[in-house]
Amino acid sequence: MSSRIFNLFIISLALMSFGLTTYAATPKEPLWPTLKVAYFGDKVIREDASDLLVIEAPKRAEDAAIVPITVKSLVPQSAEKYIKNIHIVVDNNPEPYSANFHLSPELGLIDISTRMRVDQYTFVRAIAEMNDGSLHMVSRFVKASGGCSAPAGKDAAAALARLGKMQIRMRTPTVGEPVQAQVIISHPNYNGLQFDQASRRYITAHYVKNINISYNDKPLMSVDTGISVSEDPSIRFTFTPTEKGTLKAEATDSENQAFSEHKDI
Amino acid sequence: MKTLSKFAGLFVSIFLTSCYADENYSLSEVSPGIFYHQGIHEDPTEANIGAIANVGFIIGERCVAVIDSGGSYLEGTYLRRAIKKQTDLPICYVINSHVHPDHLFGNAAFKVDSPQFIGHEKLPAAIAARQDYFAKTFKVLLGQAYTGTEFISPTLTVSIDKPITIDLGNRLLTLTAYSTSHTDNDLTVLDNTTKTLWTGDLLFMSRIPALDGSINGWLITMQKLQSMDLNFVIPGHGKAGSKEWQQGLLAQIKYFTVLRNEVREIINNMGTIEEATQTVGLQESSKWELFEQYHRRNITASFVELEWE
Repeated sequence: MSSRIFNLFIISLALMSFGLTTYAATPKEPLWPTLKVAYFGDKVIREDASDLLVIEAPKRAEDAAIVPITVKSLVPQSAEKYIKNIHIVVDNNPEPYSANFHLSPELGLIDISTRMRVDQYTFVRAIAEMNDGSLHMVSRFVKASGGCSAPAGKDAAAALARLGKMQIRMRTPTVGEPVQAQVIISHPNYNGLQFDQASRRYITAHYVKNINISYNDKPLMSVDTGISVSEDPSIRFTFTPTEKGTLKAEATDSENQAFSEHKDI
Repeated sequence: MKTLSKFAGLFVSIFLTSCYADENYSLSEVSPGIFYHQGIHEDPTEANIGAIANVGFIIGERCVAVIDSGGSYLEGTYLRRAIKKQTDLPICYVINSHVHPDHLFGNAAFKVDSPQFIGHEKLPAAIAARQDYFAKTFKVLLGQAYTGTEFISPTLTVSIDKPITIDLGNRLLTLTAYSTSHTDNDLTVLDNTTKTLWTGDLLFMSRIPALDGSINGWLITMQKLQSMDLNFVIPGHGKAGSKEWQQGLLAQIKYFTVLRNEVREIINNMGTIEEATQTVGLQESSKWELFEQYHRRNITASFVELEWE
């Protein structure tokens, strides 16, 4: 072997190991077994519960800052048997446990959507916790966006300027018919992971922590949200107004600021 | 034997990686003393060393200004050597048109020149918010070309609507910072001598524009650009020239106008982002390179902005 070839051989080995270390940026070991124990202890989770739940997410995170996630149930809620909580876990995000939807037994068929930040290739999971305590999971794999989109907001100044503004958006509802509604809260949802060069410190996390949605003061859902939720948190859901009344949404952020909005039906 | 052929394969891959070599780093002179390297219409990879954006420089009588430094440290070094082939004058300014990696990852290659780094007043915050994510992602995308890349914030910033003038020696450049358009930190450079404008990514030609700021803001900025009296334009992506840019700008205005109209309609009908990404603006697909990779993202970004109108 001439020394030139030998050198190339060494370079190629170096390249190989370089390749391996860089690709480790996306965790090679699945995180889920560890996360499962951290969030659910030794409870049994039924995997691939596609008879109960559907999770929808784009195959590729088009914009890393805004990835729409939808969860639907295939079995209507009833007083005897209903989904009490839906936990959303985004395995490879800085904080994987992303949201918990506490659901009313009166919601009928569950159809809820929200928007998440997705940092890298990851599984997104929805774990339904029934009123009997049993756990059922569905998941989808989402590819990272690539290119220049980042989970950071696009216009921090604009987001701050309208902080706390809320909208309830829906088509004109009919009493007794299911209607889709959307609650959006304008909020930068700072995740606390952004380093400010000027002050040499991390920008404090400041995000929406909880969203309560009720109809005529009866809770429809309460959502605990974390830093994986996109800027301007959005919750879209379906419910059936059984009589005329008021749909109300109340949000609290990590600095205990409260925001609310309502709509008469 | 099997092992040998495996090694042969590795050698081939080394040569492929290095085919984007220094000697092949092409430059064109747009107008007297203004040079640019045209980026390729691809996503950043190790093979293209992230050289996907237009980058270049302006030579004055005293010194040189670099306008966008390249999509990797490696591209930065190529650009720097290309400058040294053209002139012995020192490099006194490195201007970044905005925060995206393809425009500023080459900054560290110019540290040795101790230039002023210039950017939009919001560029430092934009770098701070994105650098951890960019570092993680682009180490993987760019492989070896990334080695040496640093995030260098501007030492001199330009405020929105308060243009500054810098002098390269008998050659005045006007630097203008815009309110949120392609990003929230877009900056243009006008060479007063030749009336040549570097638009940064306020203008994409042939390659689909990528929205990372405000669709409404960008449309307003595009109108401002339309009325400028210019001899030459260097877009952020696509071919530089004296005439084509007006057509290019019109095409870009058309694209975002179609997007805005159709997304607004879906929002008013209580539609979702998913519906919008499946239906909006498909008639534009044949007009743009990399449409598949960026169009749905532009819709998503427009949707969450227009929701607040």
